[in-house]
Amino acid sequence: MYSALQGVLDPAIVALVASLVIGCAGIPGLFLRKPGPGQILAAVANILAAMAGIPASLQLLFNKTTTTYLLQWNLPFGPCELVIDPLSAFFLLPVFLVSAAGSLFAVGYWPAAEHRDTERGLTFFYGLLASSMAILLMARNGVFFIMVWEIMALSAYFLLVTEHEREEVRRAGIVYLIATHTGTAALFVYFSLLAAQTGSFMLPASGSLSALSPLASLIALAAFIGFGAKAGIMPLHVWLPSAHANAPSHVSAVMSGVMLKMGLYGIFRTLTFFYDPPLLWGGVLTVAGILSALLGIAFAVAQRDLKRLLACSSIENIGIITTGLGVALLGVSSHNNVLMYLGMAGALLHILNHSFFKPLLFLGSGAIIHAAGTREMNLMGGLGKGMPRTALLFLVGSVAICGIPPSNGFVSEFLLYLGFFSQLKANSLVYLVCLAPVLALVGGLAVIAFSKLYSSVFLGTPRSPGAAHPHEAGVAMLAPMAFFALLCLLVGVAPQLALRLVSPAVASFYPQSASSLLSSEYGDILGRLSLLGVLLLTTAVVVTLFWRWRLGKGTVSSASTWGCGYQRGTSRIQYGATSFSELAVSVFNGIMRQRIVRPTLTGLFPPVERCSDVPTETLLERIFAPFFALAGILFGFLHRLQHGLMHIYMLYIFATLFILMLWAH
Amino acid sequence: MMNSTITNCTIHILLALVMPPLLLGIIGKTKAKFAGRVGAPFLQPYHDIIRLLQKGSVFSTTTSWVFRAGPIVALATTAVAALLVPFGAHHSPISFNGDMILYAYLFALGRFFTMAAALDTGSSFEGMGSAREATFSCLAEPTLFFALITLSRLSGSYSLSGMLVNINLSVWIHTSAALLLLVGGMFIVLLAENCRIPFDDPNTHLELTMIHEVMVLDHSGPALGIIQYAAALKLFVLGAFFVHLALPYSTGNPLLDWGLFIISMLELAVVIGVVESVMARLRLIRIPQLLVAATILAAFSTLLVIR
Repeated sequence: MYSALQGVLDPAIVALVASLVIGCAGIPGLFLRKPGPGQILAAVANILAAMAGIPASLQLLFNKTTTTYLLQWNLPFGPCELVIDPLSAFFLLPVFLVSAAGSLFAVGYWPAAEHRDTERGLTFFYGLLASSMAILLMARNGVFFIMVWEIMALSAYFLLVTEHEREEVRRAGIVYLIATHTGTAALFVYFSLLAAQTGSFMLPASGSLSALSPLASLIALAAFIGFGAKAGIMPLHVWLPSAHANAPSHVSAVMSGVMLKMGLYGIFRTLTFFYDPPLLWGGVLTVAGILSALLGIAFAVAQRDLKRLLACSSIENIGIITTGLGVALLGVSSHNNVLMYLGMAGALLHILNHSFFKPLLFLGSGAIIHAAGTREMNLMGGLGKGMPRTALLFLVGSVAICGIPPSNGFVSEFLLYLGFFSQLKANSLVYLVCLAPVLALVGGLAVIAFSKLYSSVFLGTPRSPGAAHPHEAGVAMLAPMAFFALLCLLVGVAPQLALRLVSPAVASFYPQSASSLLSSEYGDILGRLSLLGVLLLTTAVVVTLFWRWRLGKGTVSSASTWGCGYQRGTSRIQYGATSFSELAVSVFNGIMRQRIVRPTLTGLFPPVERCSDVPTETLLERIFAPFFALAGILFGFLHRLQHGLMHIYMLYIFATLFILMLWAH
Repeated sequence: MMNSTITNCTIHILLALVMPPLLLGIIGKTKAKFAGRVGAPFLQPYHDIIRLLQKGSVFSTTTSWVFRAGPIVALATTAVAALLVPFGAHHSPISFNGDMILYAYLFALGRFFTMAAALDTGSSFEGMGSAREATFSCLAEPTLFFALITLSRLSGSYSLSGMLVNINLSVWIHTSAALLLLVGGMFIVLLAENCRIPFDDPNTHLELTMIHEVMVLDHSGPALGIIQYAAALKLFVLGAFFVHLALPYSTGNPLLDWGLFIISMLELAVVIGVVESVMARLRLIRIPQLLVAATILAAFSTLLVIR
């Protein structure tokens, strides 16, 4: 497809224009009086832009040439370059893909006719968010980067507080705003230090800095805090569950599927600057990554809010990606090409995979919330009968996110496992292999979390009247989900193709790791994996045919579920979401915490009592909240400066500028 | 060379297809002997499965297609896993670097669908069973990986065939401590994953205490037959893995090796039968503790070989 484009248009220009079109897609809707056309126009523009942008990004990824554009901006921060190298091009893919799918989903999920007040703002900021992320990937000037970064962070905030009449949403918004600005503060430090090191605000070229210089560790630390807060690496994840749970579902899909990756992109980009990263950096990333993965999925198991569970599993997936990056970095430090290749390929492929199955699940959660009218899994059940298509697509996503074959999630984890095992023969870094059982435990917990999610939502009988009459989602909502589900299966069954997609980005990261020998070796192994996936599907078909044949021979009747002789059971006595995970929570007590209120029964005929299990967030409630409360008291005097008088604010800016200039003199 | 490979593959597939229910028969017979009964014939499990395949089916009105997919996926995943494990001294039909990870994850796929099928019935008993299955198998997962690490380190191979066929008497003599720990850990996992006493009692009549059997309460007719066959196959596949560790004999003669493998599997079935006869089922609260203990045993063996 993109060969037709070649020679006609420069792919970099196409990608740039596509990004700008997405950013402007919501503007016409702001001025149209009639609700509806603006939203459809935005969706069409977004999809067309993605259809141009994805082939362009692919071409840029495989071309290995980088095009540089210079923006004339007359600001005293040096030239403003826009560059798309293979690493940027790789990250552009999820931006285009998820934003287009989400904008189509919005037409069915947040129809303008029903949400007249909020739809315009939502569509506008949605486009702005997607566009700013695309531009961010091209920005090479630190100051410009921060500007775009802030546009991204703030438009995400406005999207998040769409339903600001609810207290819970406002609270999530505030936590997000504080978290993102704490991160931005670290980024100010980061870019200032970089400028101090290189003498300009331009991002340094790949491999141009030494990690041994005194500032290097500080730069890396600031990047880890600033970008890590956006990515949601533990312990900087506190904002993530409530923010993703309270945003409209297609926004959650973009936030989780793409925006978290911008934080990761920052870390990836920072690491390219240095040609000799010390072992410590890789070690820190690996440990932080595997802890995020383990704790993230442990929190997910305890959740009872559908979208909070998905958000916690995002922390897990970001953790897995960070682990892969850490392993790759350890490979760089120890000059081990195999480790470098497997870690980086696993991490990049997992980025791509996560941007397939997580949006699928978040969009699915939107369809579920439409049907059941709640996010509380304990009140759902039996939705699979009313919405069989959503149920099937959601099942694909659930299997994929657990990292089970034959889905895409397995492929990236498989590469990471190979990386962990690869050092067994060598005598250096042999303890790396101890990550494998931990990742296996993470996989086991993911199976608990997602079988809980899937079964309490779609299977069994409805646990509340609200969930009793579900309706299937419309085409606009089903089409994007089906698209992602297909991608999940495609990458799962033909992983060697996905590896080919990832290879140029790996090569751009550390050219020495991209020996064709390595990529063909692991391409072969993934080819075997693909054969076995086909074999598995064939076996399943054979067993099905055999079973249907036997089924045809005997009588088939239906009856109610065998309740061990008890036929008076209500749907309330089914195992619900909380009861399903109760055993796991009690085993992993200490990591997962629940605030449990047990009824105290007295006498022979106790009165009606209530029992509740609420998952708690220890880190936010015990450490961050008291800290910020203390900060609020200490900085109370600053309240006097905040009075809402615009002209006084302008005076502040003028006075600050004046003092700074005087000082510079 | 080519011919012998084809012969070995054929024997491998035939054994995997035919032999698994026999293990159940032997376990049953051993238990009967211990209890002073005559017991059912060795071939009783075959009769049971064939009779189930001829029966009609009853489906709960609550269930959807997920319920029907459960047995199919359980059998398909176990069957593919059976092609990855080497039987005796012979390499498995399919083997590549990293196949041990696929082996471990195939069971996860089967488990996911079995649990979903159980929860599809809306019965609280079956929900209870799948909650237990999910938690216990999650705890058993790291043990298997520690075992794979130890074996991979000892053999220098990244495929199941390479790492398991490598274990022989001289390896045992050199690293007996590590392998002994591993045998202990893996035996616990073998019993837990196959729902044997002391973790689960396939023959109990009280649904409240069951794990695996309670998950399949609502399956009937051919579906139940498929489930029972898949369970036997799983015991066979995990047993074949274990037999490599515990009874690492080989003669060098291909045909004799096949005979040796069959005898080893039968011995394993007798041992399981003895364990089931002399032990009582553990209290549910104790099961996680034993599984964690198995993980630590396996972790010790890893530590011993990679120090």
